[in-house]
Amino acid sequence: MATHAATDHHHADHHDDHDHKPQGFMNRWVFTTNHKDIGTLYLVFAFIMFCIGGAMSGVIRAELMSPGLQFVEPYFFNQMTTVHALVMIFGGVMPAFVGLGNWMIPLQIGAPDMALPRMNNWSFWIMPFAFTVLLCTLFLPGGAPAGGWTLYPPLSLQGGSSVAFAIFAIHMMGISSIMGAINIIATILNMRAPGMDLLKMPLFVWTWLITAFLLIAVMPVLAGAVTMLLTDKFFGTSFFNAAGGGDPVMFQHIFWFFGHPEVYIMILPAFGVVSEIIPTFARKPLFGYQAMVYATASIAFLSFIVWAHHMFTVGMPLGGELFFMYATMMIAVPTGVKVFNWVSTMWKGSMTFETPMLWAIGFVILFTIGGFSGLMLAIVPADFQYHDTYFVVAHFHYVLVTGALFSIIAAVYFWWPKWTGKMYSEKWGKFHFWWTIVFVNLLFFPQHFLGLAGMPRRIPDYNVAFADWNMVSSIGAFGMLCTPVFMFLILWHSKKHGKTATAEVWEGAHGLEWTVPSPAPHHTFTEPPVIKASMLAHGDPTH
Amino acid sequence: MKSLATTRIGRAASAAVLAMAAGMVHASGSTMPARWQLNMGRGVTESAHNAYHAHMIALWVCVVIGVIVFGAMAYAMFKFRKSKGAVAAQWSHNTKAEVIWTVIPILILVVMAWPATQILIKQADTSNPVLTVKVTGYQWKWRYEYVDYEGKPTGVNFVSKLDADSDKTRQLKSGLDPHAVKVGEESTYLLNVDKPLVLPTGVKVRFVITADDVIHAWWVPALGWKTDAIPDIINDAWTLIEQPGTYRGQCAELCGQDHGFMPIVVEAMPKALFDQWLATQQQPAAPNATPAAPAVAAAPQG
Repeated sequence: MATHAATDHHHADHHDDHDHKPQGFMNRWVFTTNHKDIGTLYLVFAFIMFCIGGAMSGVIRAELMSPGLQFVEPYFFNQMTTVHALVMIFGGVMPAFVGLGNWMIPLQIGAPDMALPRMNNWSFWIMPFAFTVLLCTLFLPGGAPAGGWTLYPPLSLQGGSSVAFAIFAIHMMGISSIMGAINIIATILNMRAPGMDLLKMPLFVWTWLITAFLLIAVMPVLAGAVTMLLTDKFFGTSFFNAAGGGDPVMFQHIFWFFGHPEVYIMILPAFGVVSEIIPTFARKPLFGYQAMVYATASIAFLSFIVWAHHMFTVGMPLGGELFFMYATMMIAVPTGVKVFNWVSTMWKGSMTFETPMLWAIGFVILFTIGGFSGLMLAIVPADFQYHDTYFVVAHFHYVLVTGALFSIIAAVYFWWPKWTGKMYSEKWGKFHFWWTIVFVNLLFFPQHFLGLAGMPRRIPDYNVAFADWNMVSSIGAFGMLCTPVFMFLILWHSKKHGKTATAEVWEGAHGLEWTVPSPAPHHTFTEPPVIKASMLAHGDPTH
Repeated sequence: MKSLATTRIGRAASAAVLAMAAGMVHASGSTMPARWQLNMGRGVTESAHNAYHAHMIALWVCVVIGVIVFGAMAYAMFKFRKSKGAVAAQWSHNTKAEVIWTVIPILILVVMAWPATQILIKQADTSNPVLTVKVTGYQWKWRYEYVDYEGKPTGVNFVSKLDADSDKTRQLKSGLDPHAVKVGEESTYLLNVDKPLVLPTGVKVRFVITADDVIHAWWVPALGWKTDAIPDIINDAWTLIEQPGTYRGQCAELCGQDHGFMPIVVEAMPKALFDQWLATQQQPAAPNATPAAPAVAAAPQG
């Protein structure tokens, strides 16, 4: 085990650091400008959203457990699929990564806080209101949006007042994301400690820097698209109405110009997390650090020129289909470089398999499976069959659940001792991992088969031939519904009864965040640290 | 492809590969989805065979790469453990290896893209059809108009929607057993309609596809493609069905509450039989039926 038994002496040394926290709940949490507290708020918020979105997937999988309609009307089913997606994407994955970024970016670059601490507060506190607005549509007459999270008109415009609520909520989330992204860019470009050159930054910081640029580039595009929906619905414009001179397909182009970079917004920070964890537990420097940075940048660039691969069946001209097929296939190259580099990092290492490492390895394998199905989906003639089937559902849940979510969980176990000063139970952390591995694959792998056999996505009921794999998938889903409870209990137990963590926490830990005590004091790096090569996560990348 | 797959089965070690290949053999010959089906069906048109082959090429490329990458990972995880006394090397760079694993994937991608491009070019050619059928998606049914057959308008058009048996059974808490919905031996729950689209085999059929309200997608897996039906926009596609049979599909674009309940059934029959069928359809229709404005005949909303 790489964990160090901590000493009381250590704890006592740093006790004084806790003294400067604001007193009182309102001052501490509502008016906070502290990057650590705001990071915590984001992570707690994301956890709640994961639970809400998970409950909705429970409704979906319960209805799909067997043929026939047993529990909900089809229209409510459509509300569940739509809101599940919006909650998981905008409320779960994205805020979780912003929370990790808030906590770790200043610690990893030796900055005292985010560059714009008050805006940071506002970025977070918009989110609970945005999601209150979105979720309250479930109780409106006519219900929540039911046209799919992609909001394709004309269907999305058939909703009632929920359209206006959902669009307002999306605008608020967008404002929050853009402010968060500005803050992260400003922090990384301006607040690095002397000696923390760009090409010495931890990969997590690099991936977040690139992600933040993606966010600034595409969130306004989404805002524009949904605003045009709003005026089409309520003010008689015809942006997406062919009868009035508009074009319903144009919405899809604009949406996916946002939507595809959005996919990478949700996965690039995950690459960063895994690139921190694997070298730590392999006790070996990250292989090909610069290649990792360039691969991340290439993926980000390519994400802007592949959007129409979500729309191969809309009737694009041949030239368009070929271009988007080739561009999409190209993404496999930098993504492959990343996977090969992770494997090479493990090669000839000295590995131990603590909980964060298990999640990181699970990420590499299962995300790669999601990448494979992504490559298959890029092949247009095959996509004519895959498109809008459960094969697609399986694909994006592999990259988002076993990809993005796995990395978030890995990050929480990895940095939890730094945040709280307490170790979690390795035994139960591993139990959490193995339980999840079994049920997540039961849940999503059979969905490949269902799609290939011809089951469309977003249907509440199906032919009896699809019954068997749907049953397996639902069993997997019910197993997965237990996992937030496990995680909550493991972390709660750690907070109350966990062993005290050392500053370094992990034997192979490198990077500035491990040079401050555990738990990280309320204020860190109020004076810039003097950086020695041995303190850097990735050493000197030029050799 | 089948023989290629079966010879590989013997060699492939991983259980996942076996499962995939088994499903592939299992699925062939049937165009209905089968219980526990694992792989894509081969279909009954060249487009479907092409889609199947493109799918299998991509799948095998992924399987081979997966075996190599995951194999290397597994080896590393067992071999380079601290508990086995492994000491970590400190290198972090190997230009030669990095160039190799950038260039080789590019070559693999080119090899994959080439046949896909050929197929796509072929598929884009909708010229010289013998029969043109206009497909219109409505919430939640399809209208089929036989716009042009051998150069002449036919005047035949009708609406096709979920069969009564499935419709009764699919109501919330209906208490009816979906397994009991059958046509002959086939379980057709949610995959049957009141009036199928009848098509001739062995001739090129062109579809012009549109919608009246929201976006739908017309998909019969055995034909090998799906195309979106978009209001006020006309897409086209074509098929040439090789063998007679009943081929079932579904709407594949979320179109509202009954999206899951607007199936598609294609009844393919030899041209001579099709000619007979078309003649019977033309009989009851008034001779002055105007194929240009058939939507007036029935209200689009049900």
